[in-house]
Amino acid sequence: MMEFINRNIRIQQIREISLLIIVAAIIVFFGSQINNYFTPSTFNRISSTVALITVVAVGQTLVILTRNVDLSVGSIVGFTAYFVGHQLGQIPDLHPVLAVGMALGVGALFGLVNGLIVAYGRVPAIVVTLGTLAIYRGLLVQYSGSQSVTTRSLPDWIKDIPQTTVFQIGELDLRMLPFIAIIVVLIFQLVLIYTAFGRRLYAIGSSPEAAEMAGIPAPVLVTLAFVICGALAGLGGFIYLARIGNITTVAARGLELQVIAAVVVGGVNIFGGTGTVFGAMLGAVLIGTIEQSLIRMRVNEFWKDALLGVFIMIAVTADTVILARVRMWWAQIKIRQVDDGEASIATPPTQG
Amino acid sequence: MDFLDRYPWIKRWETLLLVVLCLVLVANSQLSQFFFGIDNIANIFRLSIEKAIVVIIMTFVIINGEIDLSVASVMGFAACTVAVLYDAGWSVAFGSLIALLVGATCGAINGYFVAYLGIPSLVVTLAGLIAYRGAARILLRDQSVSGFPDWFTGIAQRGIIGPFPLTIFVFLALFAVAFVILQYTTFGRFVYAIGNNREGSEYAGINVKWVKMRLLIASGVISALAGLFYVMRLGSIRANAAEGFELDIITIVLLGGVSIFGGKGTMLGVGLSLLIVLNLRNGMSLANLPGNTQTSVIGVLLILSVLIPNWAQTIQNYWRRRSAGDKKPLKQPVEEVAENTT
Repeated sequence: MMEFINRNIRIQQIREISLLIIVAAIIVFFGSQINNYFTPSTFNRISSTVALITVVAVGQTLVILTRNVDLSVGSIVGFTAYFVGHQLGQIPDLHPVLAVGMALGVGALFGLVNGLIVAYGRVPAIVVTLGTLAIYRGLLVQYSGSQSVTTRSLPDWIKDIPQTTVFQIGELDLRMLPFIAIIVVLIFQLVLIYTAFGRRLYAIGSSPEAAEMAGIPAPVLVTLAFVICGALAGLGGFIYLARIGNITTVAARGLELQVIAAVVVGGVNIFGGTGTVFGAMLGAVLIGTIEQSLIRMRVNEFWKDALLGVFIMIAVTADTVILARVRMWWAQIKIRQVDDGEASIATPPTQG
Repeated sequence: MDFLDRYPWIKRWETLLLVVLCLVLVANSQLSQFFFGIDNIANIFRLSIEKAIVVIIMTFVIINGEIDLSVASVMGFAACTVAVLYDAGWSVAFGSLIALLVGATCGAINGYFVAYLGIPSLVVTLAGLIAYRGAARILLRDQSVSGFPDWFTGIAQRGIIGPFPLTIFVFLALFAVAFVILQYTTFGRFVYAIGNNREGSEYAGINVKWVKMRLLIASGVISALAGLFYVMRLGSIRANAAEGFELDIITIVLLGGVSIFGGKGTMLGVGLSLLIVLNLRNGMSLANLPGNTQTSVIGVLLILSVLIPNWAQTIQNYWRRRSAGDKKPLKQPVEEVAENTT
């Protein structure tokens, strides 16, 4: 047993695995408390909530990996949702691809502004994005003239997106929005693992000075991370529009807090350098499941926020206090194994 | 350049803030003849008193290298506590005391996680922001409570000297005390030392954890006090009271020249920046700009407040290099190094 674990699991993966166990435990818990919990409709409701947070959290993960943070994502989501909704109301024949492209483009533009000021102006990211959080929201109010987009003004195809089924697994149908989220997670997980760009983001976050010495063009890459984060927030805006339909000037306000909470619960270090996109997705799943299940449980809706805050705190504390010990203990075992058999040093690490 | 070296105060951040403040005041006085009227001056302070007093403690927290995002939620929580107790028939004075205790407890929870468990304050207080607001929702649900006794609301509404109510004098007293503590006491120096170099402070024998703990408890108590002032001023309270105030508060502190990384900043600078932001908002209200536009303008100001000194530094370095006739700079800026290697 021990040998099997040793061979197949690396220390860095303990975090994701324990998160998976927590998610499973929470689902079992709610399943035992709520009648008719394990039904396709529960799955749909939770997965479409999670989709929005996940897409935005993926971009946020890239930014946090570089030891920065983007607080303006909520405002970007709100602006793009209104902008695209407004354009669709004006030009109903707009091609769907163009609409999505528009959302990505507007978001990327906002991200570019953030990135340039952070990377080339050398202003701390938390200061810049605290400012742009207010500025982008102000732009939305100016642009919209305090009008709102209504579901009625939108073309039919966008209203159908949340109900579109991509494929079925048994009784569960995977709808379009979670499908988009999964694709985004897969793409960026692979980018982070296998591309130079991804590895360099980790390098910048682990030690900016060392990254500079190694010749990594940090300002370009940090800007790029912000642009991607903005673009994904734009995609989030499109998802928000498809799901909600009615967009007012306060759309997606405070979403940045949920997104950062998901990323942090997912084990991404707020000081950069460690964490995965997959972890951020699990964080989003955890938060989304708790939120939706509490609603289903008829727990008084006023308790929702308090419990959510407590859950986030428990998850983060468990990670820093308990898992830090587990990782230490694990590393000690590994070292002892190496010490015991001198020969094993010579063999490739996959065998050890 | 000699000129600047001979008068170092010209390069101080506070000088720039003073100039900006004068510009804002002149512009505002052009907008309305009532601007320098005593009623308007009292109004400027009265309407933002709860933000102003939290700014004081936030300065300490940020100089110490931490951040407290949960202040607005603690304000809401404390305000709802006093409202619920009053609604249940307790006296307001007793309710206020309990509210302050609630604030201290929230601060102690934040402090324990930050100082003793070593979790980043950004994360802890983000969870606090959600949880304490949730606690306020549990207490007050979707109701609102009003009808507080006259003496209670009078504290923030009725002027005791001219049109200035008691809350403004509480703010001034707190500001003076904070100024002295931060600049002239050992504790104040500890706050700077920890913000500058946490490890160094630990080796120097400063009880870093206890300093952080005390600051975050104080942050909770003062936020609770601000929440009480909020109830007094409005005379009616809902669970979403003071939502989003943390952004304004942090903006004012950072605009005052306090570094988000800790260790730098003065109470004087924060005081000036508070005056700038309050007067700017007042002036924009006189000019009929909507609230969101006002917030955007302050957002632009926040970014420029860090961007411009950075540029000034770059230009100054360039001049120094040219006047010294040195072709090769001692330390290249980061982006030049990066571009050379690609």
